[in-house]
Amino acid sequence: MIDILITNGRVIDPASGRDETANVAVTNGFITKIGRDAPKARRTIDASNKIVSPGLIDLHAHCREPGHEEEETIATAAASAVAGGFTTICAMPNTHPPQDDETSILYVLQRMARAGKARVLPAGCITTGREGKELAEMGMMRDAGAVAFTDDGTGIASTKVMQRALQYANMIGVTLMQHCQDPDLFGGAMNSGAVAVRLGLPGIAASGEEIMLRRDLELVKRTGARYHAMHISSAGSVEIIRQAKAHGLPVTAEAAPHHLLLTDASCMGYDPNFKMNPPLRSAGDVEALRQGVADGTIDCLATDHAPHAKEEKEMEFALAPFGIISLDCALALYARALVHSGLMDWPDFLARLTVNPAAVIAPTLGLLQEGSPADITIIDPKKRWTVNVDKFASKARNCPYHGWRLKSRATVTIVGGEVKFEL
Amino acid sequence: MMTKKASSSSNETDTESAIPEFAWTRKDLVGLDELSANEIVHILDTAGSFQEVSTRSIKKVPALRGKVVALLFFEDSTRTRMSFELAASRLSADTVFLSGKGSSTSKGETTLDTVRNVEAMGVDAFVIRHSQSGAPHLLADKVGVPIINAGDGRHEHPTQALLDIFTIRQKLGSLEGVRVAIVGDIAHSRVARSNIIGLRKLGAEVVVVGPPTLVPTTITAMGCEISHSLDDILDEVDVINMLRIQFERFESNLFPSLREYSSLFGMNAERLAKCRKNVLIMHPGPINRGVELTSEVADGPNSCILQQVTNGLAVRMAVLYLVSRSGE
Repeated sequence: MIDILITNGRVIDPASGRDETANVAVTNGFITKIGRDAPKARRTIDASNKIVSPGLIDLHAHCREPGHEEEETIATAAASAVAGGFTTICAMPNTHPPQDDETSILYVLQRMARAGKARVLPAGCITTGREGKELAEMGMMRDAGAVAFTDDGTGIASTKVMQRALQYANMIGVTLMQHCQDPDLFGGAMNSGAVAVRLGLPGIAASGEEIMLRRDLELVKRTGARYHAMHISSAGSVEIIRQAKAHGLPVTAEAAPHHLLLTDASCMGYDPNFKMNPPLRSAGDVEALRQGVADGTIDCLATDHAPHAKEEKEMEFALAPFGIISLDCALALYARALVHSGLMDWPDFLARLTVNPAAVIAPTLGLLQEGSPADITIIDPKKRWTVNVDKFASKARNCPYHGWRLKSRATVTIVGGEVKFEL
Repeated sequence: MMTKKASSSSNETDTESAIPEFAWTRKDLVGLDELSANEIVHILDTAGSFQEVSTRSIKKVPALRGKVVALLFFEDSTRTRMSFELAASRLSADTVFLSGKGSSTSKGETTLDTVRNVEAMGVDAFVIRHSQSGAPHLLADKVGVPIINAGDGRHEHPTQALLDIFTIRQKLGSLEGVRVAIVGDIAHSRVARSNIIGLRKLGAEVVVVGPPTLVPTTITAMGCEISHSLDDILDEVDVINMLRIQFERFESNLFPSLREYSSLFGMNAERLAKCRKNVLIMHPGPINRGVELTSEVADGPNSCILQQVTNGLAVRMAVLYLVSRSGE
C-alpha cells in the first residue's frame, strides 16, 4: 500500500513543464507515480482546486543557532518553514560561533534531524570567522554537507580574497553567494534619498550594492566559478545581472518579499520593522525587481528570514538591528507581488521557488517527478487569510505584515514523504 | 478649551486671557513636520503673550504650579537645558534633570525603560534630547505623559526653529514671501530641517547653502533650493541663519579645513555689505567667532543672536504650557 495519495490537484512541475490535473503517489519518502490511477493509500489527501507543487525551497534563512537561540532556533525556523509551505531552507552561517568548519555544519544537520520538520541545509562561511581574510575549509565543509558558501551579513571586501575564493570554489564545484555591499559606502540605516533626509537618518545608497556586484562579475568572468547574488534590491543591480547573463556568465540571483512590495516611504514613523539590509528602496526599484523576477533575470525568491527578539527591535531606528522575518507568510507575499498582480503564471512563479533554487544548492530537490524525494507543497491559490504574527511558528515577531490581508496559502507541507504541516 | 480660572494673582489672568482661542490637542511636540500652519502660529502667538513675563521683577506665573517637568538629556547640552529649566520655572513648575551619561543608560538600560521608570515616579511632562533621530517617536507611542522634543539626532529641533521663526516674525511682521538662507552643515542639522519645515508651512522661501558634501541633493524634496555659493545669494535673501560648524566633522573627509570653510561660507563685513540693508543675521548658538561669522557681524546691528536666545524662553514657556495642559 502506498503511504500518501494526493488526488485531483493541479500538478505543476516547473522543471519538466508538467501542468495538469493528476494524482500523486508517495511511498517510502519518494514520489512513485504521477497519473490518473487512484490506488489504495494509508492516507488520501484531496487536492481539488489546489496546486500540487514541488516542495518550496528558501535559499536564505537565518536560524540563529548556535549563539542567539533567544531569537530563533533551528527547530523553530524549521517549523516556521513548513508552516509557510517550505520543505527546505538554507541556513545562513552568521551564527555565533560562525559556521566556518565541518563540526558546525554537522551541528546544524544534527539539529535539523532532531527538529524533524523542514530540511535545513547549512551554508558555510567563505572565510574563517566571516572576517574576509582567510579562506575557510570549504572542501571539508562540503563533504560534511554544506550546500553553498557565503559570508552573508557582509560581502567580501578584499578583491584579492574574493578572487581566490572564486578560484577555489570553482575547483570544489560549489556556489559562492554574496551579500553585495561595499563596506566603505555602508554605515547608514535606510535607503539613501529624500525620506532618509527628511527623517535625519544616514543613508545606504544602491551604489554600494552595484559596485560590489560589478566587481564580482568581473572576477567571475575571469575565474568561471558559480556566483549567486543574494537579496538584490535595486534596479541598477537587476540590469547588471541581465547584462552578465546575456554574456553567458554563471550567475544566479534572488529577491526577497519586502523588496518586491515595500519602499523606503514605509520608514516614515521610524518603525524598525521596516529596517533591513539591504534596505527598502524606491518604487522604481520595486518595479524593476518584479520585472526581473518575471523575465528570469532574478532566478530565485528567498526570504532572508532574520529573527530578532522583541527588545532588539523596540529601539531607536538607527540602533535597531537589521532584518525581519517572513517564512510563515512569504508565499502569499510573493504571490501578491508576482501572480495576483498579473505579472506571472503559477508554473513560472513556482520555478523561482523550486527548481531554480534547487539548482543552486541541491539539484535533486525542487522536482515533482517519479523517483524524486517526496517534498511536496499543496497550495490553495485562492485562499484568503489575514496575517497574525502572534500565531507564527517562528519564535520571533519582528515582521511588518501583521494584519495584511493576503491570498494564497500552503495547506499541506510534505517533507520526505511525511506530512509536516497541515492547515 | 481656554477656561478663565479664578486666581489669586491678577498676573495669571492677564497672561492667560491674552492667549488666543484655539484648542491645542496634541499630547506631544515631537516635531514641526506633524503640525499644521495654524498650530505653529498658535504656538508663536502663545509665546508672544508669555514674552512679558521675563521682563518683570518677579518672573513667574502660576500656570504650571505643582506640575513636574522631567528633563531627560541623552545627549549633552547646557544652553537648551538651561532655557527649558528657566521656562518651566517661570511657569512655576518643578523640574528634575536626568542625564544619559549619569543614569542607568550607560549600564545598558534602554531609553524606553529609563523613560518608563521616570514616568512611574509621577511627572507631568518630559523634555527629551537624544542623539538618535526618531527617539521621541519611539517614546511618544508608549508613554502616557506629554513629550517635548529638545532635539533628536539629525531629525528635528522644533523649539529652536520656533524661536527662529518667532524672531523673524518679530522683526519682519510676517513670514509670507520672506526669503531665508540657512548656511552650513545641512546634512547633519536638525535645526536646518525643523527650520525648513516650519518656514515652508508659513509661506517663506528657503535656500540651503553649503558644500555638496554637507548638503544632500534630495533635501529639495522638503521644499527648499540649494546653493553651493554663499556669495551668489547674498543680495536676494532677507534672513541668513548661520549653523554651527562642529569641529569633530573635520576628521572625516567632509571638508578640508575650518579655514577654508570660513573663507567660502563664513559671514564677514565684506559679505554683509553685499546683503540687503536690513538683512537679519541669525545663529542658533553657540557661535564660533571667526568661523561661521566674524565678531564684527556677530556683534553688529544686523545680528539677532541674543534676541533669539531671549525669545527662546517665551517659546519654550508656550510649548510647555500648551503640551502640559493638552489633556485638560
